Amino acid sequence: MSLPFLLEIGTEEIPDWMIVPALNNLQDMFQVLLDQQVLGGRVTAVDATPRRLVLKAEGLLERQADVEELVLGPAKSAGAGPAAGFAKKMGTTADQLVTQSTAKGDYYAITKRTQGIPVTEVLARELPNLILKIQWPKTMVWNGKGTERFIRPIRWLVALLGDDVVPFEIGGVKSGNTTAGHRVLGKPSFPVSIHDFDQQLKANGVILSAADRRERIESGISAWRVKPDPDLLHTLIYITEFPTPILGSFDPSYLDLPQEVLVTVMRHHQKYLSVEDADGKLAPHFIAVMNTNADPDGLVRQGNERVLRARFNDARFFWDQDQKKKLEDRVEDLKTVTFQAKLGSYYDKTQRVAALVKQLGGNERGAYLAKCDLTTDMVKEFTDLQGIVGGLYARAQGESEEVAQAIYDHYKPLSMEDEIPSTHAGRILSLADKWDTLVECFKVGMTPTGSRDPFGLRRAAQGIVRIIVEGRVKNAPPLEGEFLRDRVEHYFREVRGFAYDEIRACMAAGWADLLDLEARLKRVQGVRTTPDFEPIAASFKRIKNILKQAQFSDSTFHANLLEPGPELDLYEAISGTSGQPLESRIGPLRPKVDLFFDKVLVNAPDPHIRRNRLALLQNLLTEFSTIADFSEIVTERQS
Amino acid sequence: MTFQETVLALKKYWSDRGCIIQEPYDVEVGAGTMAPETFLRVLGPDPYRVAYVQPSRRPADGRYGENPNRLYKHQQLQVILKPSPADVIDLYLGSLQAIGIDLRKHDIKFEEDNWEAPTLGAWGIGWQVMLDGLEISQFTYFQQCGGFDLDLIPAELTYGLERIVAFLQNVDSVYDIIWAPGFLYSDVRLKDEQQFSKYNFELADVGMLWQLFDLHEKECQRLIKITGVALPAYDQVLKCSHIFNLLDSRGAISVTERVGVIGRVRRLALGVAGAWMVEIGVKTEAVA
Repeated sequence: MSLPFLLEIGTEEIPDWMIVPALNNLQDMFQVLLDQQVLGGRVTAVDATPRRLVLKAEGLLERQADVEELVLGPAKSAGAGPAAGFAKKMGTTADQLVTQSTAKGDYYAITKRTQGIPVTEVLARELPNLILKIQWPKTMVWNGKGTERFIRPIRWLVALLGDDVVPFEIGGVKSGNTTAGHRVLGKPSFPVSIHDFDQQLKANGVILSAADRRERIESGISAWRVKPDPDLLHTLIYITEFPTPILGSFDPSYLDLPQEVLVTVMRHHQKYLSVEDADGKLAPHFIAVMNTNADPDGLVRQGNERVLRARFNDARFFWDQDQKKKLEDRVEDLKTVTFQAKLGSYYDKTQRVAALVKQLGGNERGAYLAKCDLTTDMVKEFTDLQGIVGGLYARAQGESEEVAQAIYDHYKPLSMEDEIPSTHAGRILSLADKWDTLVECFKVGMTPTGSRDPFGLRRAAQGIVRIIVEGRVKNAPPLEGEFLRDRVEHYFREVRGFAYDEIRACMAAGWADLLDLEARLKRVQGVRTTPDFEPIAASFKRIKNILKQAQFSDSTFHANLLEPGPELDLYEAISGTSGQPLESRIGPLRPKVDLFFDKVLVNAPDPHIRRNRLALLQNLLTEFSTIADFSEIVTERQS
Repeated sequence: MTFQETVLALKKYWSDRGCIIQEPYDVEVGAGTMAPETFLRVLGPDPYRVAYVQPSRRPADGRYGENPNRLYKHQQLQVILKPSPADVIDLYLGSLQAIGIDLRKHDIKFEEDNWEAPTLGAWGIGWQVMLDGLEISQFTYFQQCGGFDLDLIPAELTYGLERIVAFLQNVDSVYDIIWAPGFLYSDVRLKDEQQFSKYNFELADVGMLWQLFDLHEKECQRLIKITGVALPAYDQVLKCSHIFNLLDSRGAISVTERVGVIGRVRRLALGVAGAWMVEIGVKTEAVA
């Protein structure tokens, strides 16, 4: 008979962004448990709300299968004494031993039977550890110093195998068949079975399925034109157990404020979706998603409208207030804004970035004003708008469009998905700003370690790489160092899809200039599919090994020492195609290289001949290594 | 419900649930957490339940009484439940009902918001509690205080009283809150905001403040070394902290000085916490 299994970890509200990774982690660990302990079955579903992580499995055994294994004892030749000892150790008598023939001779042996134990016992034993091993970005204790850690306090546990409770305890909470409903819409405690679990939750104001919650939100807002925002939607799904969207409105006069400001206030501060009119312009409405089923008296809508009004009033006040002091009059104020304790103020940073921008041929005025918005009330309140506010203010204060746009964009790209700055001036400014952050942080040893990267240096480095490559920045400062190297590799592999060995091969020929590297990568990728490429790459590997073994790196050789036949042919093929692009050289060279290795003994008895042959190979290697180190290419023959 | 009725209802509610109702601490603090009823009482293994209103001074937040939501001094209702009971969130929701919030007609959410006060060597895990999109409370499970891992984990509930009452009374400005029959918030507190904004931003004597900071720091350092006077020593920390805030609002602390001054306050706070731990017999050495 096979049994279904249900686990619900009931907690206080878990941060929305941590839930899905935790569920995946739980699913993986539980499946490993099923497999390793031979419990049968597989995980069929995981789902969650802010207050519960749920796992369902089917096909579990009632009892682990018995296991038989043959245990070898002493050799037959050892005689009766050791045999009796072995039998005693195995809990039997010598007459029960059998003989097992092996390549090394005959041995005493016994078949050991391990009786499987009930699955419910295995689960009861393993689940507390498994649950507490779920990985979270930050955990807490709630029962006192040194007690169990979890993301938030565990308040109830449902663990059912078929109709029976799997009994265990975590931090004073005993598992059972009682769950909790929605804080307002449901009963605080009620019994469930595996079969009616979802329905019982639903009846108590909890939609367990994230997909169903999504569906409920999406159908609830389908009547309006809502600005798509998948990230915010995801958040709303995971901060609610019973989501219900409502439409609120604000005074159209606020539409005078920049759209960026309005959307930021709504999105980041209030978690509202923005609504657009038929022309795609921001409409004076918003969608709030409640964690309850209705707003019977309109109180929730009114409350949210009031909060938004206060926030918009603040924003308007900040805007008006900020205009009283122009950006250029704020540069001095940057002396009181800390960039980083060890690295001084933003004034110092501004000076450095401006100098670098000048050196790179960018817009110095933009660099000079870029950080001034950090002293404005608007950015102090809405920090996500740094840069954007500076750009808007620059435009409002009559700075050139180039300056305004460069400032506006200079934090971009904020993520892998975000776009790079739209103008050349913006790209140079963003590049210089990030470059400065990187260089200065490394100078004082503030480098990322493991998953810790408090200054966002990886993101900055990734931004630098993308801006140079995608923004075609020709005179970027040369790249170097392990840290940037990793980012370059990562970018070309994960974002651009080049093969790992192509990247290694091309980077071995230099990567200080990323545009040059990209061009070489494209060429290597192009020739890789041609039939002659793999064999010649394999030959390069061989050449490199030979030269390495010979500890040889001299390239001067004498044509008159070349032996007619394959050796001379190879030389002529090399010199005959010299100067031609890689793509057209591989075809003619490949058979000559093959024949050379087939017929010619590099390790010739005459040391002069030997030297000369090594030098020929060294030349061949050098000629190609300006593009890539082809010996890095993984070929069929190796794998 | 008037402002004072709301305060009384909350005090009654928490009193009925075993809290000592304390009066506000009488030294300037930036938040209810800084009062010794929280900062020192959360340390050590003894259970404690306390609630108090704490006027909280934040000089840089002053707006001369002109901003409808920003105040130099606001009133927090601070509740400490040590250790936190398993039904602590239900208790909190019950307190909202006690001040007339019908949860079936509103939208309550708990949104991640961890709390950290580096100057106090303190941090915790928790949420901001959102009522119809308005942050009305901060809910924190303390993990560390004064640099010490806590023996019992307290729940700290902090109610922003002006916000909550403005919401309940449906007014857009805190100054329009009815404090008591016939008296608005502005009648009670507007002059306070105007005068202290002027003092904090324009008049406070920077030279004098630096001198005071040094004096209180020295006094604190002296007291930390003497057994049995952690409480008076802690008053000196609070003085330093408030003077730091005043200097900050006067724009008198440069970038390079800032980190150093914060470090000075932190060292004092950690020192007092250590002295307190020795006093209550938990530690023999006053080091976290």
